[in-house]
Amino acid sequence: MMRKIYIPYIIFALIILLIPVFIHSYYYLGVLIQAGYFSLICMGLSLVMGYAGQISLGHAAFFGLGGYASAILTGGHGWCPWLAMIVAMIISGVLAWLIGKPSLKLKGHYLAMATLGFGEIVYIFFNAEIRLTGGPSGYTMGVIPYLTIGNLTIDNEFKHYLLTWAIVLLILLVNLHIIHSRLGRALRAIHADEEAARAMGVHTARFKVWIFVLSAVYASLAGSLYAHNILFVAPGPFAAMHSILFVTMVIVGGMGSIWGAVAGALLLTILPETLRGFQDYNILIYGGILLFIMLFMSGGLFGGGRLFLAWLSHLRGRKKEVADG
Amino acid sequence: MNERFFQNLISGVSMGSIYALAALGFNIIYNATGIVNLAQGEFVMLGGMFMVLFGGTLGVPLGFAIIASVFVVTLIGIIFERTCINTLKNPTVMVLVMITVAASIILKGVTMFLAGKEIHTMEYFSGGHGTVPLWGGKIPTQTFWVLGTLAVVVSALVIFFNFTLAGKAMRACAFDRTAARLMGIPARRMVLLSFGLSSAISALAGAVIMPISMVDYQSGAMFGIKGFGAAILGGLGHNPGAVAAGLILGILESLSAGYISSHYKDALPLLILLIVLFIKPSGLFGSEAAGRLKKF
Repeated sequence: MMRKIYIPYIIFALIILLIPVFIHSYYYLGVLIQAGYFSLICMGLSLVMGYAGQISLGHAAFFGLGGYASAILTGGHGWCPWLAMIVAMIISGVLAWLIGKPSLKLKGHYLAMATLGFGEIVYIFFNAEIRLTGGPSGYTMGVIPYLTIGNLTIDNEFKHYLLTWAIVLLILLVNLHIIHSRLGRALRAIHADEEAARAMGVHTARFKVWIFVLSAVYASLAGSLYAHNILFVAPGPFAAMHSILFVTMVIVGGMGSIWGAVAGALLLTILPETLRGFQDYNILIYGGILLFIMLFMSGGLFGGGRLFLAWLSHLRGRKKEVADG
Repeated sequence: MNERFFQNLISGVSMGSIYALAALGFNIIYNATGIVNLAQGEFVMLGGMFMVLFGGTLGVPLGFAIIASVFVVTLIGIIFERTCINTLKNPTVMVLVMITVAASIILKGVTMFLAGKEIHTMEYFSGGHGTVPLWGGKIPTQTFWVLGTLAVVVSALVIFFNFTLAGKAMRACAFDRTAARLMGIPARRMVLLSFGLSSAISALAGAVIMPISMVDYQSGAMFGIKGFGAAILGGLGHNPGAVAAGLILGILESLSAGYISSHYKDALPLLILLIVLFIKPSGLFGSEAAGRLKKF
């Protein structure tokens, strides 16, 4: 079982680490860094959606909380960035627990609305508390520092790329272990049939809340990394539209797969950038591709991949039959 | 104080009517299919856009302009159902919801492309940009059009759902799709009907609110979120609940803008929505059994 996890993981890690050898453009590395942040968020969201079977339309809020907490604590109060990052994750986690506890009793569309509402309230807070956050024009009350590791300052896209994707790979490994542990099996049981899972002795309510908290912590981590990369935070990237985008990434990637979350995040971050040449047409093409994936590969990229593999093995089976016959 | 309160109340009721109409649109599709159509707000926006086109740019007489806008948007809704919803075999609810997200992006994109990025506006349907003095407040004439539209749509729906065969069939489908099919009700055609009806109502809402709220290609998202909120607050699928909840949300929003802070005008209704959901997980009027019946 473990071998099956590690081989694709190592291949993927090698590809990720080799990319900067071939791509030197800071612009393209910047796009991939962005994809790394979204991968972090989507992996958490994938646990919530694909494994625990819940939906959250409020994850941009946790992304924003991480970004703003890091910005305010380091820029305004001169904290050490790493300490601020951890405190930001604790704040997001506690808030996720407070909101998750009553929300996750809700089901389906009601849960979607509750998390959407929560995200909007946080977004409005970012805009309205001008003395704390700088309001709609962004945080300008202090200078957000770059991250440092020992004597090394993470101050260019190349270093940001390596740091971000090292963290993504680490979290990916953690998640792969989670889904193959007792916790992961419990979550899948909840997804398949919550009542049955409870009857089997799975503590469904507790698992759902903790996985929600974990996903919020990932999003907060992504937000902190983002703040220390761009050195600026404004409410824009934390709006409800981005929460919907994250959910879309998870579904496009394929809901029941951690790999799918990373693939969805990569595809839907890189795609709009490559479509930038089409200018105003890009929103149309983007929508069209999304529609196409949903209409013809309704299991998402990874679901589609699995279907493709099943189709291949079916073909091989037929050939064998022909050969035998 | 009274005049200010009254003024805020009226503008709240008028926005609330639009949320109520959008929520009805959500409910009608939800009842027929179990999905939440996240492109609903875009249909409201399209209603406003076509109203600008027919009523403003082309100068078609008012009544015809309204009918033409509603007709075109209904047609778009029907085409959407035929091409994207009806063609799928055994789709999951999540995939269908994502298809509506994709549709909303495409509709937004096409609108941006054809109508541009600027904010469109037009005169009130009657009396320029006039107001009517009433109890010390000034009521924009368009408010009466909005309230009238809500009244007409609600009465028409009451008649449709209670006294016509198609309406009764739709209610039967909402109650139990399989049982309705076994009784010989063409459930798939009911889905088509629901998309047509829902987009027509949304388009009408968009057409009448546009002179007050103005419209650009992005304004659908706001209508969508508020309408969805109203539908949930009232209990998803529960039509009288949707109308009441839409008006409540609109009034709360307008009062908190007037009395608390314009920054937090959207936050207060959402906060109350969250509190209601935490206390009563199936909305104000929805029953818990119905909420559990339809899985996500």
